[in-house]
Amino acid sequence: MASYVDEPDSFSGKGFFATSFEKAIGLARKNSIWPLPFATSCCGIEFMATMGAHYDLARFGSERMSFSPRQSDLLMVMGTIAKKMGPVLRRVYIQMAEPRWVLSVGACASSGGIFDTYSVLQGIDRIIPVDVYVPGCPPRPEQIIDGILKIQELIGKEQLRRRNSREYKELLESYNIE
Amino acid sequence: MFQVDKDIILLLEERLKLAFGNDVLSYEMSADMPCFTIEKNKVTDIVRFLFDDIECPFRFLTTLCGIHFTRPVEKLGVIYHLHCFKHNQRIRLKTFIPVVNPVIESLTPIFASANWMERETYDFYGIIFEGHPNLRRILNVDDMTSFPLRKDFPLEDQTRDDKNDSMFGR
Amino acid sequence: MLYPKPETFITNMIPNQKYFPEEDLKEYSTMNLGPTHPATHGVFQNVLTMDGEIIVDTEQTIGYIHRAFEKIAERRPFYQITPLTDRLNYCSSPINNMGWHMTVEKLLGIQIPKRVEYLRVIIMELARIADHNICNSVIGVDSGALTGFVYMFQEREKIYEIYEEICGARLTTNMGRIGGFERNFSPVAWSKIKKFIAEFPGIVKEFERLLVRNRIFMERTVNVGPISAEKALNYGFTGPNLRAAGIDYDVRVMNPYSSYGDFDFDIPVGTNGDTYDRFMVRQEEIWQSLRIIQQAIDKIEKIPSCEFHTIAPEYYLPQKEEVYRSMEALIYHFKIVMGETDAPVGEVYHCIEGANGELGFYLVSDGGRTPYRLHFRRPCFIYYQAYPEMIKGSMLSDAVLTMSSMNVIAGELDA
Repeated sequence: MASYVDEPDSFSGKGFFATSFEKAIGLARKNSIWPLPFATSCCGIEFMATMGAHYDLARFGSERMSFSPRQSDLLMVMGTIAKKMGPVLRRVYIQMAEPRWVLSVGACASSGGIFDTYSVLQGIDRIIPVDVYVPGCPPRPEQIIDGILKIQELIGKEQLRRRNSREYKELLESYNIE
Repeated sequence: MFQVDKDIILLLEERLKLAFGNDVLSYEMSADMPCFTIEKNKVTDIVRFLFDDIECPFRFLTTLCGIHFTRPVEKLGVIYHLHCFKHNQRIRLKTFIPVVNPVIESLTPIFASANWMERETYDFYGIIFEGHPNLRRILNVDDMTSFPLRKDFPLEDQTRDDKNDSMFGR
Repeated sequence: MLYPKPETFITNMIPNQKYFPEEDLKEYSTMNLGPTHPATHGVFQNVLTMDGEIIVDTEQTIGYIHRAFEKIAERRPFYQITPLTDRLNYCSSPINNMGWHMTVEKLLGIQIPKRVEYLRVIIMELARIADHNICNSVIGVDSGALTGFVYMFQEREKIYEIYEEICGARLTTNMGRIGGFERNFSPVAWSKIKKFIAEFPGIVKEFERLLVRNRIFMERTVNVGPISAEKALNYGFTGPNLRAAGIDYDVRVMNPYSSYGDFDFDIPVGTNGDTYDRFMVRQEEIWQSLRIIQQAIDKIEKIPSCEFHTIAPEYYLPQKEEVYRSMEALIYHFKIVMGETDAPVGEVYHCIEGANGELGFYLVSDGGRTPYRLHFRRPCFIYYQAYPEMIKGSMLSDAVLTMSSMNVIAGELDA
């Protein structure tokens, strides 16, 4: 019998399988992420290579790339974000429904990269909260997949009440997001 | 290396000097491209002369850019590169305008490709092109007040605090 | 006998109020084809004014990825600008690298040996094939044909492997040095190139069987987004977009650089300037690039020496063994790395045939280690101005196809 995912800690017997909600929901969420590829520049081409047949991203559950923020879980910001693009990125992030995660791919999205100039935002964590950073210029597809696996770890271990907790609300307020 | 047909360029130089006299300030051959420095008020006339020229018509505007010199005299410049397909000749035209009142005529009636290139030059240097249909910023944010590619504007974002300038050799 | 039903009567009609659709004057709606596109194209915005489904006008906004390359270039020594040029047209970065190196060599007055020039030709043509692969498969994706995309990206992986053998990186390659290459092509690289040349034609034929005479594709792309030759010239078009309009201007033939004059290849030219012509011109250029690479491999095999750089000790880093052994090499190494070598004063303009058209570099040097002014003549920036004219009167789906067939790469648009 093929096993696709590891079982969470459980108590099972004939005809039933008991585990906690968090583990079950975490398992379901992490293996069926719907990413929103926010590709701006060169890292976007590496992402297209990751989506392609060689380094297949669909085998981790991300078969459907959603381009609508309302229907996606993971915002993958790939490429340089200029100051002109900042408000657009914020609007896309605000439109996403909870629970949402952000993956910052590439050196430019993480910290401005090699473009230490007046017109480039030095890291998207100045405007939105980020969960995982993938460094590289551009990162190899294996690195992007590693970032997605780390996001999956985060999703699998997340508490169900995190999005309503005080710390999360304070985090969003520090970014001036309602 | 670009081919330079010396006869054609000599004839062109003579024709230009005949038509415009002192408005063609100087001529030099830099590397492999003949280069004319012209008076700023006559830019459209000279370019139209070159466009309508019969022996060597320059019908293609390759590029248009600005430049800022601080020494010996502070001035802004606009550099045009034109290309004649008939004889495969390229030339460069340079004009200089003062920094205090940088106004020059626009080439949009002659070349449609000058539209965005002049907007980019305005965005970077603040050079105002008279007669341009839509002169506003194109690459930078719309509410920027200074002109970034001038030599006195710093490269880095001055409000950033996560990078230590002393580590970068500035 | 059919009487009008009482519920269709409009009671209490107000004078001068429009109740019937024919009385409506044309009311235009606005639609934002905004900076966030589905995947591929890049960040630029088109606000379309539409009359139903027909496009009446557009207003373009670019600059969403303006990274101030020209300002950064005034701060960096010449060899540090190569990684910047990578990120101009990032689908075919080796072409930009080689163009920059040739510009600096023109300024410095360095001659390059034939073998190095043939190696550069191989790399540039491979990059051109990679870029046209992306562009043509993305035209397929935008018209609904996703299969070709997956095939062509697999071929791009093979080209990436060749780049990795030569310079270590996949996409933003920083390949070559001013004066040649940093190391000779290894035997593994040669075997990969030869294998690619042998296997790639079969896959291109499969891709062509999918789209070239496909009735649906042709109906979606013929006469879509046309532009005439005169308008294209006036708008400054170069590259495959201009050749699709009918003018055979190719910088490799008109101003040959890097020994392109020694090669025998054709320039494909279209008639209409529409999307189908642009697709076919790029497809045919892939075949011509394969021809050039084969000729270059044959020519290199006839050259007995295995040099990979020119003799220019002041600008080309000496080999490490020499640095440990000889005094002159040590001094040159120190001077180059510490930035003590100065460039001659002057200005130079050099252009090459990039995947999108004439990519030009205008370099003004005042004698220091960094350029005084560096201006990139980016083909995408110049021909994207004509986009409103190309889509006036067509429908929204045609506008999307026209944009993807023009191969607008955001990095090159904004620089």
